[in-house]
Amino acid sequence: MSEAIATKSDQAVDDHGHDAGHGTTTGISNNKLMMWAFLGSECLLFGALISTYLLYKERFNGFAEGLAPFAEDGRNIGPRFGGSDGEGVFDIPFTSISSFVLLASSLTMVLALSSIRRGEYRNFRIWTLTTAALGSVFIAGQIYEFTEFVEKGLGYSTNIFGSAFFTLTGFHGVHVTIGIVMLLATYIMHKQGRLNQDKAETVEIVGLYWHFVDVVWILIFTVVYLFPQ
Amino acid sequence: MAITEDRPLALEAGTVNKVAERPLGALTRPQSDVGWASWFTTVDHKKIGIMYGVGSLFFFLFGGVEALLIRIQLAAPDGQFLSESLYNQVFTMHGVTMIFLVIMPMAAAFANYLLPLQVGARDVAFPRLNAFSFWCWLAGAIFLNTSWFLGGAPDGGWFAYAPNTSVTFAPGNGMDFYAIGLQIAGIASLVSAINLIVTVLNMRAPGMTLLKMPIFTWMMLVVQFLLLFAVPVITIALFLLTFDRSFDANFFNVEQGGSPLLWQHLFWIFGHPEVYILILPAFGIISEVIPTFSRKPIFGYPFMVGSGIAIGFMGWGVWAHHMFVSGLGPISVAAFSMSTMFIAVPTGVKILNWLATMWGGRLLFNTPMLFATGVIAMFTIGGLSGVTHAVAPSDTQQTDTYYIVAHFHYVIFGGALLGMFAGFYFWWPKVFGHKLNEKWGKINFWLMLIGFNMTFGPMHVLGLQGMARRHHSYASEDGFGFWNGIVSAGAFVIALGTLAFLINIWISARSAKKNPVEVGPDPWDARSLEWSTASPTPVHNFDVDPVVEFQDDWWHRKWGKNEDGKIVRKAYPEDIAQDGSATDVHLPSPSYWPLVLSLSLPVIGYAVIFTFWLLIPAGALFLAGFLGWALEPADDPEAAHGHDDHGPNDADASADAEAEGASHV
Amino acid sequence: MTDTAVDAAVDAHDDDHHPSDLFYVKIAGILALFTALEVGTYFIEDSVDPWFLYLSLSVLMIIKFAMVAAYFMHLKYDTPWFRYLFIAGLVLAMGVYAIFLFAYDVFGLG
Ligand SMILES: [Cu+2]
Repeated sequence: MSEAIATKSDQAVDDHGHDAGHGTTTGISNNKLMMWAFLGSECLLFGALISTYLLYKERFNGFAEGLAPFAEDGRNIGPRFGGSDGEGVFDIPFTSISSFVLLASSLTMVLALSSIRRGEYRNFRIWTLTTAALGSVFIAGQIYEFTEFVEKGLGYSTNIFGSAFFTLTGFHGVHVTIGIVMLLATYIMHKQGRLNQDKAETVEIVGLYWHFVDVVWILIFTVVYLFPQ
Repeated sequence: MAITEDRPLALEAGTVNKVAERPLGALTRPQSDVGWASWFTTVDHKKIGIMYGVGSLFFFLFGGVEALLIRIQLAAPDGQFLSESLYNQVFTMHGVTMIFLVIMPMAAAFANYLLPLQVGARDVAFPRLNAFSFWCWLAGAIFLNTSWFLGGAPDGGWFAYAPNTSVTFAPGNGMDFYAIGLQIAGIASLVSAINLIVTVLNMRAPGMTLLKMPIFTWMMLVVQFLLLFAVPVITIALFLLTFDRSFDANFFNVEQGGSPLLWQHLFWIFGHPEVYILILPAFGIISEVIPTFSRKPIFGYPFMVGSGIAIGFMGWGVWAHHMFVSGLGPISVAAFSMSTMFIAVPTGVKILNWLATMWGGRLLFNTPMLFATGVIAMFTIGGLSGVTHAVAPSDTQQTDTYYIVAHFHYVIFGGALLGMFAGFYFWWPKVFGHKLNEKWGKINFWLMLIGFNMTFGPMHVLGLQGMARRHHSYASEDGFGFWNGIVSAGAFVIALGTLAFLINIWISARSAKKNPVEVGPDPWDARSLEWSTASPTPVHNFDVDPVVEFQDDWWHRKWGKNEDGKIVRKAYPEDIAQDGSATDVHLPSPSYWPLVLSLSLPVIGYAVIFTFWLLIPAGALFLAGFLGWALEPADDPEAAHGHDDHGPNDADASADAEAEGASHV
Repeated sequence: MTDTAVDAAVDAHDDDHHPSDLFYVKIAGILALFTALEVGTYFIEDSVDPWFLYLSLSVLMIIKFAMVAAYFMHLKYDTPWFRYLFIAGLVLAMGVYAIFLFAYDVFGLG
């Protein structure tokens, strides 16, 4: 078993000659391994939030239907029902645009990485800033969406749906924000001359985090926004 | 980046660590690695391990005093020693302290000190993150205990069931301290888990394949994976609790349709793997001790490794056995009942393997071995009473009685804690250069073992008689008086045992100072790599990178077979061990920033509890720590280790050139 | 895009197994297309069986997830260790939380 692992990792060294994995037992760079371990851990984090959301949306639907007094005090506002117009809070076309924006930022992120790998620093700077900008647009959209929801009557403590929804999407938003900070830090370090072609791995690691945040949004967009009722 | 350390901190042997080309004036790194102040800036895994050990022992005394207070209160019927409210705080903090501030950091002490040594590395993969983990844990621990002075400690029990923890039922600040304090400690665990996983996977000595690693390393690796995946679950649970209490969320608000069971699920999805996080380190320790003192290799090495992995894996599928009385429904109860019974199998495999290792061995009952055999016996009792909980109808009778209290103390005290004591006695000479006194060690062991059984044995009886846990007092007509008296007396015998341990530390250190005896690198004729270097371990661990051929490689260098197939000594440890005299090994420089960064976390906690104005100093500390960390030069050119920056192995030019390419700082 | 097209795009690049920029653009195009399909279901949701929507949306979601992980995050080309780590977290999360939701009877199965 271990022997097989050793041979495969030798290949990994050959595949990624520029990785900082020289001298490690597996031939994998410590930093990249750290990031992947962290992302594995994040699966359990977002899993807990998503399943809490699913559970509470389900309970909320049952609760809102079943209890009349609950409906009367204006707390029966949900994703697709209640509120001033009876339509609920979600604005699917708007959130779809946000989703496309975040998806596009994943593309610009890989382009930033392949630019710095090739030593095309000007392109690298453009793509890095574009990625950060797209991320910021996404966050701005989320802030707008949250204020809209609050105006329609769904606050953080209005009902269990509100608590679960804002917590899940808020956690994701914080992750995106941290990603933007990481991207800007990468940019500044590059500007200072401390991050160049030979350190492309740092960009790759930031990218892994960024794409992970994107895949989490792929899940959230479908499960939270698009699933019917 | 701040988070990734992009210098070759790892110090794989043979790497030349070039000094920074542009040190940033104000941000030079601290240089000294001696003196009291160096402990605050150290990134040495050994010093961090020792600090974890000291910290956990300190909190062990703390949690022990809490236990004694409980036992004074319950020693006789109608106890009035503690008020109801104080009693709630004391038993809650006893549990929280012993689990999160004693057993877990004590395991971290062993892991930090030993994992790099056992895999033949010079440090962990990310030394500064390692320091951060320790300070973060300590910050969380102190934060949690400041609640005593800031409006009352947590009082909702260590598993803090909703909705008892809501503002309505727990109006003080205690549960806020619980949620945020454990959150901070959780960050420490997660960071350290990632660090140690990378260390074990990536920094093994040449030839040390996964299946040649010592069992202790294996068990700690499994533990780190459990932490990696379990910590985020409790992170979310604690966040939900904080949001409910501080920001009016509705997660556990029954009136709004929130579900208290959500807390129970999330807590125990974390909580059962946590049980293995507590016990597997002790399993690892005694798997090193028993072969050494049986003069035999561990019986069934692959089964030991495999059963450890199996326990780690199956531990994820049994959590609802803590919730049999919560109305899960028959399908869930039946399924979790089954899975809980199955998990006894790999545990049984381990016990059989330890016994088979001892079978036919030339047993030496030194103190470490006494504690290790104590673990086997006591843990077996705890495991068997655990099986009775897998049977749901029986569990329903026992839930929230002293029978449960007895069970988990047999596992956590009789298993985990006694195992750690075996580890203290076993590795003490490696860490401090002198053995602990044998006579006092035996006094320590027997007092603890007898006191332990006096304390927790009768609790089985009390529980079966129907005495509920967490009740402030009981009436004399309940008939619980006699056994409670015995239990309380036993608790004080345990306290005497602990005192014997402290006395032992003191007199052993004193006699070693007065009349130094060379313990040598390998006083027990042991088997793994940490014994192949000097005692106490030199700051650079190994003069020369060990090259590994066998499982138990160090033992194979001392012993071999002669022509008749008899095992004979090939060499004496003193002759083949490294003497630690190398002076030209470059090590990572100390750093202030892990401490600064970790200090920001409790301030954020106070901000959430008391006033958001505190976010200003918290933010300042965080930024200072974060920027300092990111900007500090990877290594100070003037650093104290300023020998010639070459590891002993890298004299050849090609290694130099390659490392140069990899270390533009 | 078919498997062969993907392979060809990979082969077209240097021996480092870093796909070309064009390849990434193509992947992003597919992802955008799938997202558009997903959004499209919103406009027909009243006229189809909700279980059909759950199913098709889930399939699209899983494909998108896998594509980002495999190509943008390089899991397809990188050392298997990363795959094991990530899949371990993913499978564990799905298993544990599915059981948890099942215990709550969220899926309405019994
Ligand atoms: Cu359990």
